[in-house]
Amino acid sequence: MTLVEKAPSSATDVVECDVAVVGGGPAGIAAAARAAESGAGTLLIDQGVHPGGQVWRHRNEADLPHVARRWIERLGRSGARVMTQSAVTDATPDGLLRVVRGRAGMSVRAGTVVIATGARELFIPYPGWTLPGAMGIGGGQAMLKGGLDVRGRRAVVAGSGPLILPVAAAMARSGALLQGVLEQASVGRLASFGTSLLRHPSKLIDGARYRSAFACTAYRTGSWIVRAEGDGRVERVVMTDGKRSWSRECDLLCCSYGLVPNVDLASLLGCVIDDGRVVVDDWQRTSVARILAAGEPTGIGGELAALTEGQIAGLVAAGRNPAGEAALTRGRSSWLRFSGQLATSFALRDELRHLAQADTIVCRCEDVPRSRLDPSWTARQAKLYTRTGMGPCQGAVCGAACHFLFGWPADRVRPPLGAPEVAAVAGSAIATDAGHPSESRA
Amino acid sequence: MTNAEVEIVVDGRRVVVPAGTILAAALANEGVQAFRTSVTGQPRAPICGMGSCFECRVTVDGRPHQRSCLVPCEHGMVVDTASGGGA
Ligand SMILES: Cc1cc2nc3c(=O)[nH]c(=O)nc-3n(C[C@H](O)[C@H](O)[C@H](O)COP(=O)(O)OP(=O)(O)OC[C@H]3O[C@@H](n4cnc5c(N)ncnc54)[C@H](O)[C@@H]3O)c2cc1C
Ligand code: FES
Repeated sequence: MTLVEKAPSSATDVVECDVAVVGGGPAGIAAAARAAESGAGTLLIDQGVHPGGQVWRHRNEADLPHVARRWIERLGRSGARVMTQSAVTDATPDGLLRVVRGRAGMSVRAGTVVIATGARELFIPYPGWTLPGAMGIGGGQAMLKGGLDVRGRRAVVAGSGPLILPVAAAMARSGALLQGVLEQASVGRLASFGTSLLRHPSKLIDGARYRSAFACTAYRTGSWIVRAEGDGRVERVVMTDGKRSWSRECDLLCCSYGLVPNVDLASLLGCVIDDGRVVVDDWQRTSVARILAAGEPTGIGGELAALTEGQIAGLVAAGRNPAGEAALTRGRSSWLRFSGQLATSFALRDELRHLAQADTIVCRCEDVPRSRLDPSWTARQAKLYTRTGMGPCQGAVCGAACHFLFGWPADRVRPPLGAPEVAAVAGSAIATDAGHPSESRA
Repeated sequence: MTNAEVEIVVDGRRVVVPAGTILAAALANEGVQAFRTSVTGQPRAPICGMGSCFECRVTVDGRPHQRSCLVPCEHGMVVDTASGGGA
């Protein structure tokens, strides 16, 4: 693949392309490869160190699973240009993107944009979740892939969703001493999920295979974390099954409650978003002309769904009709059903809304405790009165948490996306007279 | 140190890590608990591992507020964390 090594140094330089793909996970890689193979001048932009996204995060190509290596090699042969460590911070519906790379800002002008920005974890605040040593499940996985040494560390993996088993297995294989593996969903709901899995064989959810990696630790369903305790770091974790509570010594606590689609870029572009997902048609087209979306932003479905949707989006972005590829269109509808089953099977229990105590921090950037938030507010009011969601993460963590705790819908997205140090880069936001569709919707 | 390793400086200490190690992981392996200090003075460390939570911010080569989960370790990198009184 052609790695774009140097970003143009001037904010006024513009890189032109037929198709710009934002996000280099399975969805973005498949989209970029198929678009470039179809003859479109394609640029893939990803903020990670290597293309791969979450599931194919890697330090060495040798560590990659077969399917990942095949796709990354295919991307390389496709002729797509790839820009890594580059974040899209602003965009307008006419295909103009602002990209920040290190301290430099630049522009991309694309005929068609494919949004493949993936998902992030849902964190539900509990007492002690701000202590060092407490992180997400995917976060723990990412740290492990990044080189975290867990040998001899006492770990608990808890929360909800199909990531629990593979991450617990990875931790155990890497030498962590598992003190508990907890899924909040009840066994009844999981059984129905298990049945539907038979129709969707995927390694993400190959429970039996993962289970054998930590056979001596109980996998408890209907159980969750009540709180973490410790002096300056996690030392103990208290868990419950709703009737009985127990505690374990622990220094690595991985806890999160499923994934939330990253729809910030889509909402900045004015795409219709429903129930936290970008609305797309069978061809992955959003409500805005020449803006497509693929992978987790359109709903949580995992790696194979992302590959399927990404390929469709890549073909359509290059002006091709995907209907000729029956495997893709069939795959798409089956993954849509799977995604729905995922949401029902791992539906979150009400008890989780009451874990946060008065002094539990909800907004970690601004240190806003639960007691300062009035459930009758909107997200906007919480921002105005308490700065909740106004820190560097811009609500990436507390926004979804407040939606779960209080039912607050997400507040309007404003450019530039990303942190204050990103905003400090000259031209990270697009100055237009027309303004953003998201601005005019106020 | 071999070719497959790089040396970085963490809060004034020299540390050798495998090449390609992500800085956040290297810091945690080095025993860093407080990557940064929160606005009310609490110690904080990474939670998302993917650049979205901003809890892993440290000072890298004099540049503050760098998300260490997005930075691969590079030879000669000088890193200051809240544990060392920096960041
Ligand atoms: C932390 C985490 C860990 C996970 N681990 C696993 C796992 O081990 N196994 C598994 O099967 N599934 C895992 N998942 C689920 C995963 O979301 C899917 O399996 C799969 O990776 C989805 O593919 P995708 O292409 O839709 O998104 P992703 O793989 O998430 O790719 C999205 C990419 O877009 C980039 N991006 C986002 N916004 C921007 C922007 N503004 N500018 C530039 N780049 C941007 C991101 O950096 C990322 O590289 C994980 C999810 C998360 C959040
Ligand atoms: S760990 Fe969340 S941004 Fe680095």
